[in-house]
This record gives sequence, C-alpha cells and structure tokens, in this order.
Amino acid sequence: MTILTTRVLIIGAGVTGAGLLRDLALRGVQALLIEQRDVNSGASGGNHGLLHSGARYVASDVEAAVECREEGDILRRLAPQCIEDTGGLFVAVRGDDERYVSDFSGLCAKSGVPCRGLELRTARAMEPALSENLIAAFAVQDGAVDPFMLSLDNIAQAMSLGCSMRRNLAAVSMEVTDGRVTLVRCRDITTGGEVLIEAELVINASGAWAGRIAALAGAHINILYSMGSLIITQDRIATRVINRLRPPSDADILVPGGTVSILGTTSIRVPTPDGCRPSVAETDRIIDDARDMLPILDRTRYIRAYAGVRPLVSLGPAGDDRAVSRGFSLIDHAGEGVENFMTITGGKLTTYRLMAEKAADLACAKLGVAAPCLTRTEPLPPSSMGKWTEPGRGPKSWVENRAEDDIVLCECEMVSRSVIDAIVDEAKDMRGRSMLKAIGMRSRVGKGPCQGGFCGPRITGHLYDREVSTGTQGLAELKTFTERRWRGFSPILWGVPLMQADLQEALHCGAMDLEFGPAPSTRDEESENCPATAFKEPS
Amino acid sequence: MKTYDVMVIGSGFAGMAATLFAAERGLSVAQTGATGGIDFSTGFIDLLAVHPIAEQKVWEDPFAALVALRRDLPDHPYCRVSDDEICRALEQFTTFLGRHGLCYRGRTGKNTLTLTAAGTMKPTYLLPCTAWNGVKAWETKAPTLLVDFSGLKGLSARQIAEVRKDSWPNLKVARIKFPGMGGELYPEHMAWSMADPARRAELAQTVAPFVADAEYVGFPAILGMTDTTAVLSHLEELLGRPVFEIPTLPPSIAGPRLRAAFDRGLPALGVRTYTQKLITKAACSEEGFSFTAGSGSTSVEIFAKSAILASGRFFGKGLKANRHRIFEAVFDLPVSQPENRALWHRPEFFDPQGHEVNQAGIETDENLRPLDAQGRVFHPRLHAAGAILAHQDWMRMKCGAGLAIATAYKAVASL
Repeated sequence: MTILTTRVLIIGAGVTGAGLLRDLALRGVQALLIEQRDVNSGASGGNHGLLHSGARYVASDVEAAVECREEGDILRRLAPQCIEDTGGLFVAVRGDDERYVSDFSGLCAKSGVPCRGLELRTARAMEPALSENLIAAFAVQDGAVDPFMLSLDNIAQAMSLGCSMRRNLAAVSMEVTDGRVTLVRCRDITTGGEVLIEAELVINASGAWAGRIAALAGAHINILYSMGSLIITQDRIATRVINRLRPPSDADILVPGGTVSILGTTSIRVPTPDGCRPSVAETDRIIDDARDMLPILDRTRYIRAYAGVRPLVSLGPAGDDRAVSRGFSLIDHAGEGVENFMTITGGKLTTYRLMAEKAADLACAKLGVAAPCLTRTEPLPPSSMGKWTEPGRGPKSWVENRAEDDIVLCECEMVSRSVIDAIVDEAKDMRGRSMLKAIGMRSRVGKGPCQGGFCGPRITGHLYDREVSTGTQGLAELKTFTERRWRGFSPILWGVPLMQADLQEALHCGAMDLEFGPAPSTRDEESENCPATAFKEPS
Repeated sequence: MKTYDVMVIGSGFAGMAATLFAAERGLSVAQTGATGGIDFSTGFIDLLAVHPIAEQKVWEDPFAALVALRRDLPDHPYCRVSDDEICRALEQFTTFLGRHGLCYRGRTGKNTLTLTAAGTMKPTYLLPCTAWNGVKAWETKAPTLLVDFSGLKGLSARQIAEVRKDSWPNLKVARIKFPGMGGELYPEHMAWSMADPARRAELAQTVAPFVADAEYVGFPAILGMTDTTAVLSHLEELLGRPVFEIPTLPPSIAGPRLRAAFDRGLPALGVRTYTQKLITKAACSEEGFSFTAGSGSTSVEIFAKSAILASGRFFGKGLKANRHRIFEAVFDLPVSQPENRALWHRPEFFDPQGHEVNQAGIETDENLRPLDAQGRVFHPRLHAAGAILAHQDWMRMKCGAGLAIATAYKAVASL
C-alpha cells in the first residue's frame, strides 16, 4: 500500500485536468493529477480537434460564443505549436434555413465574433470540395488543435514545476470526515495495488465520469452522456474548417487534422460513458447528411470512425442535448457539505484554459493562495511528450536521422524502430497493462490505412525482442490493441478499407490463428484489470 | 481475337489450381488476375481443421471433420466435392509443385500442428518440406535453436520462444547479422542470395557458435527461392543438424515461391497468362464468353468457350462493396449477403464465430455453376471456385487452400 500526500488532487487527465495542473503549478501550488486510463482517454481524445471561433454558438449560446472567441485568441497566441490556424467557413446549401443564414452575420457581430461574407465563387475557389449548390458562405476564425499535444504540453510544464501525474490510477472511494474529504482510496490498475491519497483539496475534472466521482464524496451532479461519433477521411478534404450554416445538427463540421479531415459529429444520449463506440448506422448518417455540403464525402475513402462522450450537466428538464448549455460547470460541493471538494466539467476543448482558470481561482481561494492566474499571459512551452502524435513527424525524423539499422515498423505512418524505442523508454512504468496501447496513444502507430493490421504484429515482435513483453502477454496485448482499432475500423468497411480488413483477418486469423490464444479484452474495465489467462489453442 | 477453351479469372490458389487442372487435361487456357491471396500465403495447405467455428473445435482428422461439416452445413462448398475429388486435387496440385521445386508433405488423413510467426501452433494439412523438421522438433520438444536476423521484421525468435516457453521450454534464440546485407532486410532478397553456396557457408559459420546442444535449428523462411530443398540440405550438412523454416509475416517468400513455381510451370503446359490484368468487360453468349482484360492501350480481347470464376473475395477483388451492398465484379452475379452493412461484421474482430460478411459469396449448383437471381444456372459453362463461393469462412475453418484447390478441381471436371 502506498500513501501519497499532495496539496491539490486533480482527478481526470483530460485537457481540463491537464490545464488545471499547469494553472496551479504556475501559481506555485503543488498538485497531483491522477487518471484511471491515460491522458485524453475520454472526450478530450474523442473530439474534432476544433478550435472554435465562437461562430458556431452565436445563435444558441452567446456566452459560449464570446468565451470561444477570447480563448481561441489566447491559444493561438500562447500555444501555437498545438494549433493549425486554418481559418474556417460557414456555408449553407440549397434547402437550408434561409432565415438562419440571413441572421448569421448580425449575430456574429453581436458576440464580437469576426465574420466576413464571401462571394460563392470565392468560397468555392478557396475550398473546391464545396457543393455547387451553395447559397451562402462566410469566413470565420476557426482552427484545428491537436488535443493530445495540448494536454501533454500542459502536463509537461506542470511536471517541470514540481507537480506530478499518475496514470492507471482509479479513484474508487473517498473518506469524508467532518465535511472534508480526508482520504481518496485508489486502485493502481497496473498492479492491482491500493494507493491512498491525502490532499488538502480534491478537484473532480473527470469529464463524463464527474457524476460518479462526485458520488464517491456523497455529492450529486446530474450528468447527461451525449455520445458523438466522427469519421476520419484518408486524405485532407479541405484546407479550412468547414461548418454547415444551420442550427447545430449532425454532420455539420469538417475539420482538418494534419493530413486527414475529420467529419462529424452526431449526438446520441447514452446511459453510460464507458465503452462508447461508433456504429455503422451513425457513420452512414453522417455521410448521407454531410454530402449535401461536400459531395466528395460520398465517394471518399475513410480510415476510421471514433466516438467520445460529452459530459453535459443537466440543469433542468431533459430535452435535446444540443439545447443543454455548452458552457462549463464549476461546482463547489461545500454547498452539499463537503468543504474541500469541487467539480469542473462540461465546456469545450476550446475553453479548457478558462475552465482551468476558474477552477484554480476557486481552489486558491479555498487554500488561501493569493497568486494570480498566469495561463492567460504565459506561453505554453512546447514539450517533447506529444511530439510523436504529430502527423508527418515520424517520416521526417526517419529521413533526417536515419541510422542504417533502423527499420520502419509502421509503414502507413513511417514510424521506425528507434521512435518506438524512444516511446518505450519514456513510457516506463506509465505504460499501464499494455505497452502496445501506450505506444498507440503516443504515436501515429495504428492510425494509418492498415489500422494496426501490419504494424501491430511487427511492434509486438519488437517488444518481445526488447523483453518488454514476455510469455503470452504480448499476444494478449496485440489482440486487445487490434480490438480497440476494430471499434473504429468496423463502421467504415466498404470499398478499399474492406479489402484491407479482409487481408488483416486473413493474416491474423487465417495465417496466425490468433482467434485462438490468449483472450483479448475489449471492455475498458476488462482491458485494464484482467490478466491474460485462458490460453486456448489447438491441441 | 484469341480463342481459348477456358478462361480462368483469378490467380490466387483457386485460379492457379483451375488453370493447372484444365491445362493438364489438354485444354487451352487463358488466365488473368492481379496480385492476390497467394502472394500473402504462408505456404501451408489447409484442408479443414476447425468446425464448428463457434466452438473452436479442432480436428486432427480433416476427413472426419468433413463428414461433420457436410452434415451441419449443407450449403458449404465442401458439400459439392467428394473426399475422393479432394484427394485427387491435392495430389495433382502438390505433384506439380514438387516438379517445380516446392516439395510438400503431411500425414495422410491427419492435420499437423506447425509453428507460425506469432508463436502459435497452427493446424494444417500439407506443409512445405522446408517446415517439416519444425514439426518433429515441436512434437519431441527437442532442444532447438531459433535464429532470426537484425533488420528483418516479420519474425521474432524471442517472441516464439516466449509464447511457447511453457509447452516447449528447450527453445533458445539467436539474433544474427545476415551475411552480406545490412539495414532493413527483405525475405525475397535474402532468399535469392541463398542460391550462392558460399553465402550459405557464411550463414552457417555465423550460426554455428550458437548451436551448442540444440538438436534442430529453425530460421525465418528465407532459405532459397527456387531451390529450397538444396539450400535446406546444404545448411543441414554445414550445421550438422536438421533445419526448418518458419513463414514470416508479409512480405514473405512463401507466396512468391508458389507464384514463381506457377510462372515456371504453367507456360510449359501451354497456358497463356495475362498477369496483373483484371477483367474490365465480360459478355456472355451461347458460344461462350468475350472478355476485355486490362484497360487502355494495353487491354486485350479474349474469347473463351468456358470460364472459371476464381477471383477471390474482397482482397482478391472478386467481390466489391459500397456502403449499401456487396456485388460480384465481373458478371455482376447475385451475391448472397447479410441484409445490411450493420450485420456484416461482429463487434469483436476475433469473435470465434467469424464475421457474417465472410459467408457472403456466390451461390452455385452441384457442379459449381453460379446461379442467377432466379436461382437458375447463370450460364451452362461458367463455373466458380475458391473463396468467392458463399457459406464458408476459410479463415476460421482453416480450409483456404484446400477449398480453393478442391473446388477448382471440381469446376474443371464439370466443364
């Protein structure tokens, strides 16, 4: 049993938790960030990567629009390494609500969101993939943000200032004495051991899991789970972010993500934030809807779908999830009799910094710390933690620093053995149960057209060579990794991806008989907790 | 326009087998096809090892498994061929390969467990002779040295030793530098370089210090391209130990070896192959079939009295799919398939039951003649063979090559 003490305990390493760790670090407050899985495992890793200009919310939520505008400006200035400042378009096509179209620029002006009307010809020249049925187009200041690099950079700076982080550590219960959380009991997912944490203050930043964490302290938050699915195109379809100019609906936004584009999203109420996965029906619906705006999407090649769960804090009667505020909720549970416990949830990727600032303000007030927030003015230093998530970084490094005996293990994304080694060395005990999964999280491995079909077995071999994998554990990790990729691969299997999947199955099952062997784990809880047992094979 | 007795569409296991069987019957044969399944082959010839797949029941006797399969799955393509036909087909196929340097062996009426690159044991029916000593080593759990090479991805000796350590504790591993090559290595280059006896001697010299008390030595499959038997026995002589190969992950040489054997052997039988050309147009008449193979200036027109559709599944491009349906690429034959795409795949990739889409394919009559939408024979002289046939999951039943070869045999016999 381990006992850790910290001034502030933050639960949840999404972008909010990561931003909060940095905010507190810059104020000189020592904090510990814990995460049951890995950085950005929840909604922070399952979104568009869209840096909102605010235009999206001018009609529905003026406050959110203003926040997005301000925060977008700050991030562009202070964290440029995480952002591709692409600019964005709002476009309407024949059949769209013309009143909404005509109100748009006025609403933008009211929120101070820059917006410029474009000639249709100009818009189509800027983005040739746009439909010929365009009826309106406006230029706005949307951008693309790499949420993994953003979280990792925040964490890296906080750690350089003396804060710390533990992955694979799940909070399982809390002791509340005299109106204070005195002890947070955690389970180390990797070892199964118990870790106790004593903190002056506990901040719940666990996103969609916030209701569950709050309940550990006897507090209550009503979180609605809204699952959104997105699909990734093989090539980049557009230079800019392209938004459908209509009241928010499905399949409205196409965001560039390096060499690809990301299309979505849907909004489906789900009963639990665990194990969300995109479906064939949703994928079809997204394409059927978005092709009015970008006809090319009907015949483009997709490489993957994925889904994330938005935490929406329910403040009133349930209705359309999109009508629930996209603003964030900072809840001081002192009101429920737990003095040193608070929750920050909801909100958006774009406003993560503001959320962290507000939470840190409240935390400092409770701790009696007078230091001001610095994240509004201090640049976010680039770290090396997120570097391998950057599209194109692998090939560039391989070409520039290639050693003769370095070989490429992931050909889709050109990730070489030396890169894998660097990631393995950095991950160390933060690997959790699966090094292969940790590598996938920190690099482009498994993200290309083969979706892990070839690089998975090859990297598995390399991990055995390095003695990181032993026994049948490496095969179990490979199967779990493959199942995780399959979640996002299976909804887009037609055309060339179906051929790819056919080959992958021929290789994994036809040639290597991996449907036998150690059982994979597909449910999140299982993949973290169950040791590889039950080695079934032909006898 | 060239006229042939038979046009074989496809150059995977089924296409190669159909071409061979037709040519050896004295028919004039044209064959088209692109790179497909055979290039990714392990070189093993599976007949049938698992049934029912949902129970993952593994059979030692494939013919006993066939009895159960024919009883349980009356639509399975194996119900269209007799055991006798299967045996004759395998015999003719492997005899041809043997004549062209690829010797096969197995145990009559028994499946054999053989090592894969993953370290798993795979049941198969016929193995390349180059893999046979590995079977003996495994069965006796003999002390064995597994060698792999720096720079060669696709096989880790340490992985195999780790995965097998409980059931085969006497495995030792050595990673060596392949003589004469550096950087990233490719099996095909290595295999060709093994044609040089001096290179084999260098390899043996490098490996010798690691052999010690090992009774067998295993290598990734790189031991020769066309002369595997000679390379193997020379190495055995040099090392003083029985040697065996383990197929690597793709790119491997198991597939190219097979393709090369056909490239050498089929033209000698008078076969005209149009390689890397897919059929872009097909028309049927009472007299036969008019095909255009390839497109643009290099396309060719071919007429054939009969045709065998052995174009494979999705990877072989015999079946194609859009978001809404699966269709057959050459004749647009009806494809038996699940109602909608949501039913094509299961939530888990490794589900032992296999994915429903794997059962999709062409329906045929008893003589493997494809049926039209009304359930009638589409054309009296069009036959289908191999993976394009409906109601089978060759990957999970371990029946890929066997099914391809047997149905090709039946299709040719029914011409």
